[in-house]
Amino acid sequence: MTKLVFIEPSGMRREIEVTSGQSVMQAATTAGVAGIDAECGGSCMCATCHCLVVEAPVSLPKMETDEADTLEFTAEEMHDNSRLTCQLAVTEDLGGTVFKVIGR
Amino acid sequence: MAGVLIIGAGHGGVQLAASLRDAGFDGAVSLLSEDPDFPYHKPPLSKSFMAAHDTALQPLRAEVFFEQNRIDLKLGTVVEQIDRSAKVVVCSDGRKIAYDKLVIATGTRARRLSIPGADLPEVFYLRTAQDARAMRAALPSMRRVAVIGGGFIGLEAAAMLSGRGVKVDVIEVAPRLLGRATSDAIAQQVANHLQSIDVTLHLCQTVDAITQKDGNVCGIDLGGNVLAADHVLIGVGALPVDMLARDASLRTENGILVDEFLRTEDADIFAIGDCVAFPQVHLGLRTRLESVQNATDQARALALTLTGSPAPYTALPWFWSDIGKLKVQIAGLSDEADEQIETRDAEGNLKSVYHLKNGHLVTCETLNSGGEHMLSRKMIAEGFTPTREQLASGDVKTLKQSYMAARNR
Repeated sequence: MTKLVFIEPSGMRREIEVTSGQSVMQAATTAGVAGIDAECGGSCMCATCHCLVVEAPVSLPKMETDEADTLEFTAEEMHDNSRLTCQLAVTEDLGGTVFKVIGR
Repeated sequence: MAGVLIIGAGHGGVQLAASLRDAGFDGAVSLLSEDPDFPYHKPPLSKSFMAAHDTALQPLRAEVFFEQNRIDLKLGTVVEQIDRSAKVVVCSDGRKIAYDKLVIATGTRARRLSIPGADLPEVFYLRTAQDARAMRAALPSMRRVAVIGGGFIGLEAAAMLSGRGVKVDVIEVAPRLLGRATSDAIAQQVANHLQSIDVTLHLCQTVDAITQKDGNVCGIDLGGNVLAADHVLIGVGALPVDMLARDASLRTENGILVDEFLRTEDADIFAIGDCVAFPQVHLGLRTRLESVQNATDQARALALTLTGSPAPYTALPWFWSDIGKLKVQIAGLSDEADEQIETRDAEGNLKSVYHLKNGHLVTCETLNSGGEHMLSRKMIAEGFTPTREQLASGDVKTLKQSYMAARNR
């Protein structure tokens, strides 16, 4: 199990324990983290799973072009620490990462 | 307080319940779902859900979300009648449920083919989780599958099956794939991609019958020419589930008729998603759209209307389909366009098609070019048209510079 932390749009901090083999978005929506609509279900299409990585014990895997392009042109401004969580796989390395949910 | 009652817990119904709470609605919210499964994402059914025999449905929202937001979800509940004068719906078990505002979000059902053999056990449709489970259970015994219908569902499934080593034939009645959903150029590139992964296309062909041997599918009859098949997938379009509205004397015409506020002619009854025919602001005419975007954005607009901030539905349509390794994305609607500009990637493959009407950008279709799609959504929604040279370059950086320059002017 890997511990992930989400700061919901309301400011509420949520810690969840998740298994590998799914995306961070799937893990968050299954746990009911607020503010992640994941409208497209993980197809890198809607950017409603946009989060900022505010703390990462180890550096996260680099973005693919798809994720970078989608983020760059989405409604909410892209930041240096922006990620689409549907494109980020849960691995043990992610343990302790803190995500700030953008919401909409 | 009877509150808002929503019939249908697909993408639209669930988003509406969520958006009502986001908008601060404090009354009762009930979701009635005929589907017995916990509300799930539909697009993965033809793809990732088929990847392993035990892949779970992808929930639209977590169970805890429904609890925390006091959304009363009733699964496997069939509504049989809307009693407008009493403001109640009558369920198949006789239960009556009252409403202040009623929202019909019943979506579509698969159009059935009534040819001989269509009721054989190896014939599938792909609309609900139940459909997908039935097809998934048969995957290990599939060797040669005939896909009837060259629309998005059929082609997504064809690519998925081919990827599993199944021999696939696609039969389409029209001379090209994807009907009027894409331009000719995009449809041709999709056809090329499918052929490159060993899917055989049969265009301009009509299926007269699904043939059988001892009660099992053994082929399909194309006007005397029989093609071998052990399973058949039928994907020939969807029909709006609008009977409840019709039976309640609400007007329907290829969908439930609503105004720009998604209201039917009964001031307390609204309808959203695949089942409604609504005034489409970009086309300037009434239409019905089948897409996740249409359902969820209509839900968001309606939540505002129902909480005292009436919001006409004006969102720009967008759509996507994953056909094998090809991601088809469409921003806007191209029905009325009069000019097309195509761009190609470094290998010479079609990358995007921009559609203009009277010189204004109205639609962008892309293949594996997410940046162009996302940028186009902004440009079209904001009424910005780059020069033809900039569009023809297909270069996202060039287009972005031109868009940003115009925006900051």
